[in-house]
Amino acid sequence: MDFDLMFSSLPKLLGASVVTLKLLSVSLFFGLIVGFLFAILRINKNIFINKFAYGYSYLFRGTPLLVQIFIIYFGLGQIEYLRSTFLWVILKEPYWCAIIAFTLNTGAYTSEILRSAFQTIKPGMIEAGKSLGIPNKIIFYKIQIPIAIRQSLPAYGNEIILMMKGTSLASTVTLMDLTGVAKYIISTTFKPIEVFIVAGGIYLFMTFIIYNVIKFLEKKYSFNT
Amino acid sequence: MDIFKKTILTVLASLFVIGNVYADKIKIGTEGAYPPWNSKDASGNLIGFEVELAQELCAIMKHECTIVEQDWDGMIPALLMRKFDAIMAGMSITAERQKTITFSQGYADEVASLAVMKGSNLVGMDTPEGINLSLGGSDVKKALKTLTGALAGKTVCTQTGTIHQNFLESGDVGNINVRTYKTQDEVNLDLTSGRCDVALAAAVAFTDYADKSGKAVTLVGPTFSGGAFGNGVGVGIRQSGDDAIGKRDAKLLKDFNKAINTARKKGIISKLAIKHFGFDASM
Repeated sequence: MDFDLMFSSLPKLLGASVVTLKLLSVSLFFGLIVGFLFAILRINKNIFINKFAYGYSYLFRGTPLLVQIFIIYFGLGQIEYLRSTFLWVILKEPYWCAIIAFTLNTGAYTSEILRSAFQTIKPGMIEAGKSLGIPNKIIFYKIQIPIAIRQSLPAYGNEIILMMKGTSLASTVTLMDLTGVAKYIISTTFKPIEVFIVAGGIYLFMTFIIYNVIKFLEKKYSFNT
Repeated sequence: MDIFKKTILTVLASLFVIGNVYADKIKIGTEGAYPPWNSKDASGNLIGFEVELAQELCAIMKHECTIVEQDWDGMIPALLMRKFDAIMAGMSITAERQKTITFSQGYADEVASLAVMKGSNLVGMDTPEGINLSLGGSDVKKALKTLTGALAGKTVCTQTGTIHQNFLESGDVGNINVRTYKTQDEVNLDLTSGRCDVALAAAVAFTDYADKSGKAVTLVGPTFSGGAFGNGVGVGIRQSGDDAIGKRDAKLLKDFNKAINTARKKGIISKLAIKHFGFDASM
């Protein structure tokens, strides 16, 4: 064990974890919007809208994230027509390709988490609102959404942790995130065990933080208090 | 009970035997993704200059060999972890790598070059045909200065953990925006897509790709050798030690050096080089 290397690589790896957190937070932000929109489409009664939303979540939950990021980065880059459009300004950048892949992936999972949360709301609660003469819109914003968010917290916490680990794939499209920098250090020191132990420790620490934040939120918005 | 004991003994004995079998059979690691040095055919078999050369060297050494595939970024760690005994993967002999592993004498050498897509404003750069960084001198300095100016603000792409990356990050061509990839294939893809303005690799890696893909990839600037580019390509072997495997590694190094001498004298290396590179890259 080369402890010197572990210590000397720590600052570089901590610096790189900022990139990881940036990738995570940006894709979670957009993913939440996408997920929310598709969750609403999923509970829509119109079969076409419903199936469209289902198709999206099926596609992105049914294929590996690595394949998705490769198709978006290397695949789309090979289409000559695309390179002449304004889309190329975004797709040219590895960073945005990674964000698009992560957003679509987490969006698909989030839409399913929110959908199931909406569907677990007992009809009695909505009926109670209706019998009090509360308009449907208010019922949706003031009853359905808060309950759905609370219901989905545990599952969404898992999704955040999964996504955090998923961001390590950004290194496959040249981004210098935590895994990317770890690989870079290994390419000059040839000591994968030491460097990956430190990188793994940082991932573990980030998971610890996320886990506790979610736990705190769950407690805060618990129905029992 | 007897049968039970016998089975255990046989299993234990076989564990020791495996140690002995291991001593005679050499495993050689290669990347299989850096044509024409080493690559794979359509059905996944390893082919290329080094795959054929490895077979020739093993025949000379009268060793049984198997060639195994290993991703480039894990090549040296895999050797150290004894997943195989020797590296033949277009790996240049550099001082940096020699801190961790040892090399046989070089068997082939080949220059590095920048490449761009036709129509790039780097085409027609005013530099000498080739520069040797070990020699230095005013010509080299002037060429590096021209390159520094030409590469400023450009995205330069190369494979991770290569001599090419070392050179780009050495500061010889200023502080440039380097992007690294896991394989040369990915570098080629992003060069053609336009994400990379310019790429650096073995010159043959680009000409081979241009030939096979029909893409308008073209070499620019000088060819590079010496300095960060190392002293030719050799067989990478673990540094010898005092234990059984360490002693075996020392013998393996000797055997490879002898075999390379023989192959060179017989003209085998030249013949294979001309077949795969189109010119004699042997050394």
